[in-house]
Amino acid sequence: MASIQIFTSLQYLFNNQTEIELDVANLQQLLTRLPQAYPQCAQEVANGISVAIDGRIVNDAWFTPIEPNSEVVILPRISGG
Amino acid sequence: MSQYKARKFNVVGQRLQRPDGIDKVTGRARYGADMDAAGMLHAKVLRSPHAHARIISIDTSAAAALPGVMAVITRADFPLASGEYIDLLDHCMAGDRALYDGHAVAAVAATSKRLAKQALKLIKVDYELLPHVTDIEAAIAPGAPVIHAGVVGRGVPKGYSDNVTRFRSFGHGDIEAGFQQADVVVERTYRTEATHQGYIEPHACVATMGMDGRGDLWVCTQGHFAIRNMCAAILGMESASLRVTASEIGGGFGGKTTVCIEPLALALAKKSGRAVKLVMTRDEVLRATGPTVSTLMHVKLGMNQAGRITAAYAQLFYQSGAYRGYAADFGAMPAFAPYALENVHTEGFDVMTNRPKSAAYRAPGAPPACYAAESAIDEAAHQLGLDPLAVRLLNAAREGSKSSYGPTYAAHGLVECLQAAQQHPHWRAPLGENMGRGIAAGFWFNFGGDTCVSAFLNPDGSISVSEGNPDIGGSRASISMMVAEEMGIPYEQVRTTVADTGSMGQNEPTHGSRVTFAVGLAAIKSARAIIAEIRHRLAQLWEVDIDSVVWQQGCASCTDPNSEHKAPMDLRQVAAIASNTGGPIGGHHEVNAEGAGVSFGVHIADTEVDPQTGHISIKRYTVIQDAGKAIQPDYVEGQLQGGAVQGIGWALNEEYIYGEDGRLQNSGFLDYRIPVASDLPMIDTVIVEVPNPGHPYGVRGVGETPIVPPLAAVANAVTAATGVRQVHLPMSPPRVLAGLQAK
Repeated sequence: MASIQIFTSLQYLFNNQTEIELDVANLQQLLTRLPQAYPQCAQEVANGISVAIDGRIVNDAWFTPIEPNSEVVILPRISGG
Repeated sequence: MSQYKARKFNVVGQRLQRPDGIDKVTGRARYGADMDAAGMLHAKVLRSPHAHARIISIDTSAAAALPGVMAVITRADFPLASGEYIDLLDHCMAGDRALYDGHAVAAVAATSKRLAKQALKLIKVDYELLPHVTDIEAAIAPGAPVIHAGVVGRGVPKGYSDNVTRFRSFGHGDIEAGFQQADVVVERTYRTEATHQGYIEPHACVATMGMDGRGDLWVCTQGHFAIRNMCAAILGMESASLRVTASEIGGGFGGKTTVCIEPLALALAKKSGRAVKLVMTRDEVLRATGPTVSTLMHVKLGMNQAGRITAAYAQLFYQSGAYRGYAADFGAMPAFAPYALENVHTEGFDVMTNRPKSAAYRAPGAPPACYAAESAIDEAAHQLGLDPLAVRLLNAAREGSKSSYGPTYAAHGLVECLQAAQQHPHWRAPLGENMGRGIAAGFWFNFGGDTCVSAFLNPDGSISVSEGNPDIGGSRASISMMVAEEMGIPYEQVRTTVADTGSMGQNEPTHGSRVTFAVGLAAIKSARAIIAEIRHRLAQLWEVDIDSVVWQQGCASCTDPNSEHKAPMDLRQVAAIASNTGGPIGGHHEVNAEGAGVSFGVHIADTEVDPQTGHISIKRYTVIQDAGKAIQPDYVEGQLQGGAVQGIGWALNEEYIYGEDGRLQNSGFLDYRIPVASDLPMIDTVIVEVPNPGHPYGVRGVGETPIVPPLAAVANAVTAATGVRQVHLPMSPPRVLAGLQAK
C-alpha cells in the first residue's frame, strides 16, 4: 500500500485526512483509484493534478512506478511561464 | 531512476558562438510582423473603452460597406459556446459583455491599415455601463461587482465576494505552537501592483485560410503547438488542418504562451478568403494581452534567538483579471519553499477583477510571495540582531528536507548558493551614505512535458536537428551543443532548426524553464539513436558483432581482433555509404520529460536612496543560481541577468495604473517604465552546478527562478537604506518619499 499525502485545502475531499493509503503501483493506477475511493475528488483529478513521487513531480506519465514505500504527494497542476 | 551520469565534457560548458546572432544584428531574422503574403489584408481591432459594460448591439454595416473592407467580425462569427477554451475565446473577443478596458468587440480586415482604422470608426457599439472593480481589496469584499457569477471554486471560505474563484492551502505542523516558541513575531501586510512582461516585440501574425478549410499561421509565440491547438479548438477545426510556424521572437517571458489575436486573424482570413496580417500596437499589448497579477498579502513569521524560524504563515490574494486565475497556487507553494520548516501554512486565493486576463510571467505567482516571505525573514533577523544570510543558511532546505508545499527534496543547490553568497566579495563590500544591502532566496519548480526531437545525418556528414520549441533564450545553441557532445563532433557540424507544427509531434510551449532540460534530453537520446543505427549498420558491413563496433570521438571503430576493418569511420564516411547500408540515417525521440529538477537562487542588491526625492538607484547586484549544468554559460548568465532586471523593474518602476473609471492610464512605455541599461549596473552572476538527477547531463531549467528573489532583495536593501520597511511595490519615488516623511 502506498501512502499518499494530500495538500491542506484538498483534504476536505478526502474525509479531512492528511494522508490516505491506496494499493497502487504506478501513476495511472493512482489517478484511476483516487476517484473510485474518494468520488468527491473526481473533479479535481479530471481538472488535472500533479503528483510528487519520491520528490519528483510528475504530471502525466502514467507508467511512472510507485513503490510501496514511495513518498507520494498530491499537488495542484504544475506548469510555468 | 537517475538519468544523470558524471562525465567529462568537451563541447558542453563552452562559450560558443550563438547561431542566431548575425541574423538578429543584421536584421535578417524574421519576426512576427516581417512576414508578407500575396494579396494580404491588414486587420485592426475595435476595443472597449469601458471597464465593464453590457454590449446591447454592434452595427458593422457601415464598416462592411466601406470600399476596401473585405471582412468584419464580431463574437457572432465564433460558434464556440462553452468548454475548456471559452475563456480564451472571450478574452480574444467579447461576448455579451466587455469585461475590461481594451476588450476586443469587433475586428476588420481591409486592403490597407488606413482603411482598416477608418472602418473601425464606422462600427457602432451600443453599451450599457455596468459597475466595475479593478482593485483587489475591493474585489474580494462582499457586495463587490461580480465579474462572472457561478464560477466560485469549491472550498473557498465564506466571507468573500464571488470574485474569489479559488482557494488553496498548504503546509504542515502546528503554526500556533510555533509562534509560541518564537522570540520575535513579525506580521505585516504587503502589496504588489500588476506589471507586464514588457517584451519588445508586440504580438503579430499572418493568417491564411483556404476554401478547403485548411489554414496556415505565421506567428510570434512561445509555443506554436499550443497556439495551433487553441486556435483549432476555438475555430472548430482539426489540428492537422492548421499548420503554425513560429517566427523569431522578441521576448515572451510567459506572456506569449496563449492566444490574443490569432483566432481573430484566422477568422478574418476565413471570411475574406485572403491572407490577413494583424499586429498589435503597444497600447493594445498593455491593455489587452496578459499582464501579471497584483497581490495583497498578509505574512506572519516567528523566529527564535538562534535564528530558527519557528512558524511561518502567509495569506496571499492574487488578482487575475476578468477570468479564473491559477497563480495563487504558484504563490502559496513557493513562498517558504527555500526553508526546512516544522510549522508552516500558506493560503492562496485567486480573485477576478475588470482587468485583462492575467498571463504567466517567469515563475508566475512566485515573485510576490517570495517578496512578502523574504521581507518577513529579513525583518525578524534584524529585530534579533542576526545576519540575514546566516539566518537563511541556518533554515535552508537541503536534500531530504520536507518542503513547505509537501514533497521531500532531492539533491539541489540552495545551500551551495547561500555559501557562494557568503563568500562573494559583494556581501562584505563597504556601503556608502544612504545605501543599504538586501538579500533574498527564491525557488521555482521547473517543468518538462511533451517533447519531440528529430536528428538526421546529412550526406556531407553534418547533423540537422529539428525541434518544436521557439528559441527564446538560446536553445538552438544549447541543443546543438548537446548533440555535438553526444556524437563527439564539433558544434559547428550541427544545426538546430525550430520546425512547424506539420513537421513534428506535439510539443509543450517554451515555458516552465523546460527547453534546455526537456528538449536537451530528447536531443541527446536522438543522437544516441543515430549512433545505435550507425553501429548496427557497420556491424553488418564489417561482419562483426555489434558490441565490437564502438563510437568514440565522432568515429566508429571495430574492436574485433579478427576483423580486417581496422580503420575508423567518421560521419562523412558513414553518410557516403548510407544508401548502400539501408538508406538515410536519423534518430528521433519523443517523450513526456518528467523529472525537471527544482531550482534555487540567491540575490544580493545594494541600493542608494535619495532622501530628497525618494529615487532609488541600484548600485550593485549579484545573482547566484543553481543551473545543474550550464550547457552554454553565456546564455545561462543572460537568463540570470534578464530575470534580475525584470524583477528590479517590478520592484522599482513598473505598475499598471487604473483610474476611477476603470481605464488603464499608462498604456505606453513612456508612462509604464521598464528599466533600461543606463538605469542599472552590470549584473554580476555566479553559476552553481548541483546536477539534476533527471537529466543525462544534470541540467536544471534556469529561466524563471531569477525573477523570484529581486523584489525582496531590492525591498530589503531599500529598507536597510531608509529604516522604513517597504511593504508596497513598486517602490516609486512618491511612495518611498511618503514613507520617509512619515518616519
